[in-house]
Amino acid sequence: MSAVLKVRVWRGGADGAFREYEVPRRESQTVLDVVTHIQRTLDPTLAYRYACRVGMCGSCAMTVNGAPRWTCRTHVDKVAGDGRLTVGPLRNLPVIRDLVADMREFFDKWAHARGQFRGARTRADDVERVSPQSAARRRADAAIECIGCGVCYAACDVVAANPDYLGPAALNRAWTLVNDARDTGNDERLRAVAGDGASLACHTHMSCTERCPKALSPTAGIAGLKRAVARAALRGKL
Amino acid sequence: MLGVCVLVHLATIIYAVQGGLTGAEILARTRGNVAWAAFYTVFVVAVAVHAPIGLRSVLAEWLGWRGRSRDFLLIAFAVVLAGMGLQAVRGVFA
Amino acid sequence: MSRALALAHRLSGVALALFLPAHFWVLARALQRDAFFAWTEQPAVKLAEWGLVTLLALHLAGGLRVLALEFLPWRDWAKALAALAAGFAIFAGLAFALAL
Repeated sequence: MSAVLKVRVWRGGADGAFREYEVPRRESQTVLDVVTHIQRTLDPTLAYRYACRVGMCGSCAMTVNGAPRWTCRTHVDKVAGDGRLTVGPLRNLPVIRDLVADMREFFDKWAHARGQFRGARTRADDVERVSPQSAARRRADAAIECIGCGVCYAACDVVAANPDYLGPAALNRAWTLVNDARDTGNDERLRAVAGDGASLACHTHMSCTERCPKALSPTAGIAGLKRAVARAALRGKL
Repeated sequence: MLGVCVLVHLATIIYAVQGGLTGAEILARTRGNVAWAAFYTVFVVAVAVHAPIGLRSVLAEWLGWRGRSRDFLLIAFAVVLAGMGLQAVRGVFA
Repeated sequence: MSRALALAHRLSGVALALFLPAHFWVLARALQRDAFFAWTEQPAVKLAEWGLVTLLALHLAGGLRVLALEFLPWRDWAKALAALAAGFAIFAGLAFALAL
């Protein structure tokens, strides 16, 4: 194991460039440790995001050697075989500066997919009874743990090719709500996720499912949405 | 539907090639054969519909081409494919 | 694996779409003459024919995979469909090659 890592880090905006730094290698080092070391001891002008640093918040998502990952959960040993690392901002999103991507379009598309819960009961009503064992609830639970980190969005080829595509995370969220017995907004939601910009554009490359740090499967949810959209269309509901 | 057609087509080709084929041999089997003619007519139409739909995504995502002009070209392509395909069917089965 | 197969599915589709007009044109004319078949005995043509059969098998397998993913209820083995599709295409290509 080499004593020193050669790390290329993206600096600047969209028209920036990679700059190389040398970082001392340590045992059990993560890519986040490396980036932090650069900012604290080598170049304080480096901009990057992190928060929990223990794999819970998703803030530290960046592109490491071409793939989107959580840098706090990426051990250097796993990715820097020859002592070299390349770190850049998440793909498919505008770069604000250095390693910081602009997440606004990610969350805007979440809203466009009607990823918000809309219930019918008030605090005066009794609680709705939903069995955790019901098929619909199990489907929702399988997809519910998304924390909006953006890794799937960065991994998706269709997002890269089609600016209208809502993306795996937004569609995954819509899927959990479609399966939520308490939600009343499904007619509108299915309309939002039908069409070229939405579920129908997914080509099942499954990069999202492959890269999701929480082992979710947006591909499964999007397939479910396609079926739900088809059923609604046949019933004339769209 | 198209899947079935393709499987049948593939199987037929493999079978035909197995013995080595001469034009006369093939034609002997196909000329005037209404059942096969019908099958291939359906196949041609299905393909003429399917190919442009597939190309639509490719044109949009890889060439950034969207909108009416692209759809016009695709419809024209569909018509050309169908026309040429039906001519081929006529050539083989008539 | 799914990404590679999806890409192969797309590329084979484009290749087939471009090939089809030629295929139809040739068929409409070729079956009139045996001389044409002498031409098809050339190894280059045989290779091209094999390529086309394999491309078609690949495209078919990839397409069936998409249909399965979209219309059948999701199951864990759905992820393995890509490998299955690739396997089928290789099998068909081999079958054709051996038949030649």
